[in-house]
Amino acid sequence: MDLIWYGIVQAVGLLLRADPDVMAIMWLSLKVSGIATLLSLLVGIPLGAAIGLTRFRGRGFVLSLVNTGMGLPPVVVGLFVSIFLWRSGPLGFLQLLYSPTAIVVAQFVLAFPVVTGLTAAAMQQIDPRLRLQLLGLGASRAQMLGQLLREARFAMLAAVMAAFGAVISEIGASMMVGGNILGYTRVLTTATVLETAKGNFDVAIALSLILLGITFVINWTLTALQQRGAAR
Amino acid sequence: MTAEMLAVEDVAVAYNGRLVLEVGRLAVHPREVFTLVGPNGAGKSTLLRILALLEAPARGRVAFAGTPVRYEPGALLPLRRRMASVFQAPLLCDTTVYGNVALGLRFRRLTPGEIERRVRPWLERLGIAHLAARPAKTLSGGEAQRTSLARAFVLEPDVLFLDEPFGALDVPTREALLVELESILRDSGVTTVFVTHDRGEALMLGDRVAVMLGGRVRQVDTPDRVFGNPATAEVARFVGADTIVPGVVRQSRDGVCRIAVASGEIQAYSEAAIGERVLVCLRPEDVVLSRSEGAPPMTSMRNTLLGKVRRILPLGVHVRVDVDAGFDLRAFISKASVDELGLVEGREVHASFKVTAAHVIRRHDAGTAETSP
Repeated sequence: MDLIWYGIVQAVGLLLRADPDVMAIMWLSLKVSGIATLLSLLVGIPLGAAIGLTRFRGRGFVLSLVNTGMGLPPVVVGLFVSIFLWRSGPLGFLQLLYSPTAIVVAQFVLAFPVVTGLTAAAMQQIDPRLRLQLLGLGASRAQMLGQLLREARFAMLAAVMAAFGAVISEIGASMMVGGNILGYTRVLTTATVLETAKGNFDVAIALSLILLGITFVINWTLTALQQRGAAR
Repeated sequence: MTAEMLAVEDVAVAYNGRLVLEVGRLAVHPREVFTLVGPNGAGKSTLLRILALLEAPARGRVAFAGTPVRYEPGALLPLRRRMASVFQAPLLCDTTVYGNVALGLRFRRLTPGEIERRVRPWLERLGIAHLAARPAKTLSGGEAQRTSLARAFVLEPDVLFLDEPFGALDVPTREALLVELESILRDSGVTTVFVTHDRGEALMLGDRVAVMLGGRVRQVDTPDRVFGNPATAEVARFVGADTIVPGVVRQSRDGVCRIAVASGEIQAYSEAAIGERVLVCLRPEDVVLSRSEGAPPMTSMRNTLLGKVRRILPLGVHVRVDVDAGFDLRAFISKASVDELGLVEGREVHASFKVTAAHVIRRHDAGTAETSP
């Protein structure tokens, strides 16, 4: 118990002092996972909407692929992204391995099936007759899609939370493609592992608490947004 | 030429290889309420979706305001924006009543000021102004359908499509809304395509009625003529002539034919020639039953047939009596009359009806699939 209590005090101290190392790690975590989530939304929402709203051959197969993708093990993604980004790999010329960009790429790969799958599910929940009604009121295809996303906005916010929650807390991929380089690719999760390995339990606890705090604040904000909308 | 607001020609629609709609030629005139009536599965809604440009026909041509419709990307949207649709389910979006009524105007990118200016009067007109700020999902069925109607009327469309708009409402709500809709349609003069399976609604709202059966349009005419002079036996049956009996014209004088049927003779107005085979149609509410003892009743009813009560079936306000008069003859009479006449199954009765009540379908019409307007 003492250890946890000490960790909490440490964490508060680190935050209050705005410890530059911790701040840098926290900021990088937020930035990398934020960008990865944003990119996954840009790709996942249209893709998920397309899968959810249209009928095509092999749709069930594609949905199964996406649903499998929602549970991709981060280490597997880390491994394959590493292979692609290695100097001798197909994308080696980009020289991205062990950079924050590489982590963004890996986390994007993890997050976009989550967004795609949840968007597809959300779109399938909507009464199919509503699409005809919207077209019957003079909506263009894009306007119809926009309105359907609005109808599913609570489910969409859940998708954002799930995607961000998955990537900010994953470690396998960040470690493998980022390399945990201090001041460059060290994020909250990789730093926590390192400090634990070094026996610096207090710092590790402090970092975990910060990670928990971040995820809580972000989910709290999104949930508040969601519930305010639902109450209307 | 734009004398026709909408026209279809040789249109066919098939789902999974099954033909669900086949229409030779059909036109909707400006400012009329054109009603598509028929039983469930007759293809009414499919035809409405074709006319509303929400679905492309497998083959055939559709013209809007005299111009053939091209089913190409981008070509349909400007046409669809001159139309508006209301369906059986209100299909409201998850926002306020105001937000729902404003929806189509937002799609047309009107400014918030213009939207407000146009939405308010329609909220008033449909009696939902006090609900403007209410979330749509908290509305009752009637309020929701009023919102859906306001959402369509506010667009001031060239053509309004109403697909069974009262189908999901309870009877009092439905009747109240039907009366209001009738007055709004008359005031606005908007060209309307109205789909219903309810013959009463068709009679009340339609300037012209198209009877659809089995994916085809069987008759297009004024409600009076469709209901009074059904063109085929199927149409007659749909519009409520439960009794349809074949016969042969034996005599014709001053437009009144004496037609030999199974058990006797029926007099009816028709231009059919002597020797011609015809169908005689009767509505059950036009048939009067009386005791068979003694002479037939002295009434203005020149047709009286002797028959035997086969079945007595109470149907709420009236009682259905099936009489075997050599053919199946059906009558609707009051519960009091049943008691007064002492009707029981197996008893002999006289069934009487007026000359004007018997509608004659000439057999060469009876076989044709379609009548042109």
